[in-house]
Amino acid sequence: MIGERWRIPLMLAPTLIIIVVLFFGSLGYGFLQSLGWQPNIGNTTFSLDAYATVLFSPEYREQFWSGLWLTIWVSLASTFISAALALMSALLLRQTFIGKKIATFLFQLNLPVPHLVIAIGMIFLFSQSGLAARAAAQLGMISTPNEFPVMLRDAGGVGIILAYLWKEVPFFGIVLLAILQSVGEDYEDLARSLGANRWQRFRHVILPLVMPGLLSSSIIVFAFTFGTYEVPKLLGVRFPEMLPVMALEFFLNPDLNARAEGMALSMIIAAITLLIVVAYMWAGNRAVQR
Amino acid sequence: MTVRNRRPFFYLAVAVICILLVLPVITFMINAFAFRWFYPQFIPAEWSLQAWERLQLIPPEGERTLTNWLALLGSSDVIDALVVSLVIGVGVTLFSVVIGLPAARALGMHKFRGKRIVEFMILAPTIVPSIAFVLGLNINFIRWELSGSLFGVALVHLVPVMPYVVLTLSGVFANYNPDFEDQARTLGAGPLRTFWYVTLPAIFPGIVVAALFAFLVSWSQYLLTFLIGAGRVITLPILLFASASGGNNAVIAVMSLIFIAPAILTLLVTSRYLSGESGAVGGFGRI
Repeated sequence: MIGERWRIPLMLAPTLIIIVVLFFGSLGYGFLQSLGWQPNIGNTTFSLDAYATVLFSPEYREQFWSGLWLTIWVSLASTFISAALALMSALLLRQTFIGKKIATFLFQLNLPVPHLVIAIGMIFLFSQSGLAARAAAQLGMISTPNEFPVMLRDAGGVGIILAYLWKEVPFFGIVLLAILQSVGEDYEDLARSLGANRWQRFRHVILPLVMPGLLSSSIIVFAFTFGTYEVPKLLGVRFPEMLPVMALEFFLNPDLNARAEGMALSMIIAAITLLIVVAYMWAGNRAVQR
Repeated sequence: MTVRNRRPFFYLAVAVICILLVLPVITFMINAFAFRWFYPQFIPAEWSLQAWERLQLIPPEGERTLTNWLALLGSSDVIDALVVSLVIGVGVTLFSVVIGLPAARALGMHKFRGKRIVEFMILAPTIVPSIAFVLGLNINFIRWELSGSLFGVALVHLVPVMPYVVLTLSGVFANYNPDFEDQARTLGAGPLRTFWYVTLPAIFPGIVVAALFAFLVSWSQYLLTFLIGAGRVITLPILLFASASGGNNAVIAVMSLIFIAPAILTLLVTSRYLSGESGAVGGFGRI
């Protein structure tokens, strides 16, 4: 018989082996490589050269910092705008109305649709010969395709943000709808009977109720939009370029020295996401203690 | 309860939100059957199945005999990719549920030292972007000769899949009453029979949801397959991505439709299990 002492470790072992070897092992190996440790090409010493090159060398400095600001901008904008739009939608969809089932289904339709497909959908919708441009032409607002504003492959990342909105509004929405439905409307009715107007009920009743769920899903969305490759690759430009796309380009460069720089970039991406999560958990603990 | 809402503005707002959100899927349906859809036509003037024929998903017009339909099976890149995606997805699903079950039971039903660390480790891949670990993994998989194989790709898919399987199932075990298992044991059932006749039926709905999520997360992976598959494992997203950056719109639309079909079917099946609080919903953030 296996002793009771070993039961739980054995139950956890298969999953933990996968996660530790494939995930943490690779993360650690990538970190070593970003420090220049590449035994297969004879480098067994550690240095911060790759980080220095990416962050400060005249060759890559501008590319990196412009890319970092673009990535932060795109992630922040996508997270905030989709959270706000989702809150508005959830407040509408939680009501009882005819056709609620169909509306909820359509609202959730993009949830399982991969980001890659939504990005392609944005090309069909918002390119200069896309559906939006055709609608504008039919309405007589533009006469040739190039009069339609450039929304995809633009320096401000508008196309990338649009793709994230289409994906993340339903994601935030389903989280918010669940919270609103489980809480019910008793608190609002109470506030109403005490004389609170619509804005006051929203500001002092609904917002505090949904805030914890909204914040934790914002972290998931921010981290995801910060590190995704497909969407910026399809809808972004070469300069400024989002960090994940830049990291992969360095990594796939035939010059093996560029590989360390690609690793350094991917470590910077991971570090920033972790920093955000830790800050969120720290703030959460403080809020609980108060 | 709110009174039934009859304001026209309310319905207009709901309709605008829903229509805007489904527009990408609608454009795929239009593009997939459009023929010579020139700017500035809003609705295509001509419709055809030429993209489906070009991808060898249906035989050309006039030649739609049974032999020609069957001949497509070996000749279409899309069908080949579909099979590869399915094999990887089903393999990953089965394996992840089998190894995730005991872990979820330990986390859902037992208290032990270091539990928070274990939970943190299992959840870490849901936050850290794939690009951060796959570059290091890529080098090791080439060394271990796992790169470019179906097995290697399936193994890597386990990293984003495992957290959601364990999270969903541990939620199920947290509400599970093990007393019935003791009763079955007392009545003489062995561990296998107890699992099959007592445990499994009780947690089955949870297993279905976990399995569907595992499949969907694996099905939608692009970057991991691209780097570990090394151009030799061609799944649907690999094929779609390659043609997305400069192919025929109708062809791209047909492949997109085929790619999202299982996803939308899954939503239809699971929507009644879905609530924002179940851990599985986080999986949608990862697709």
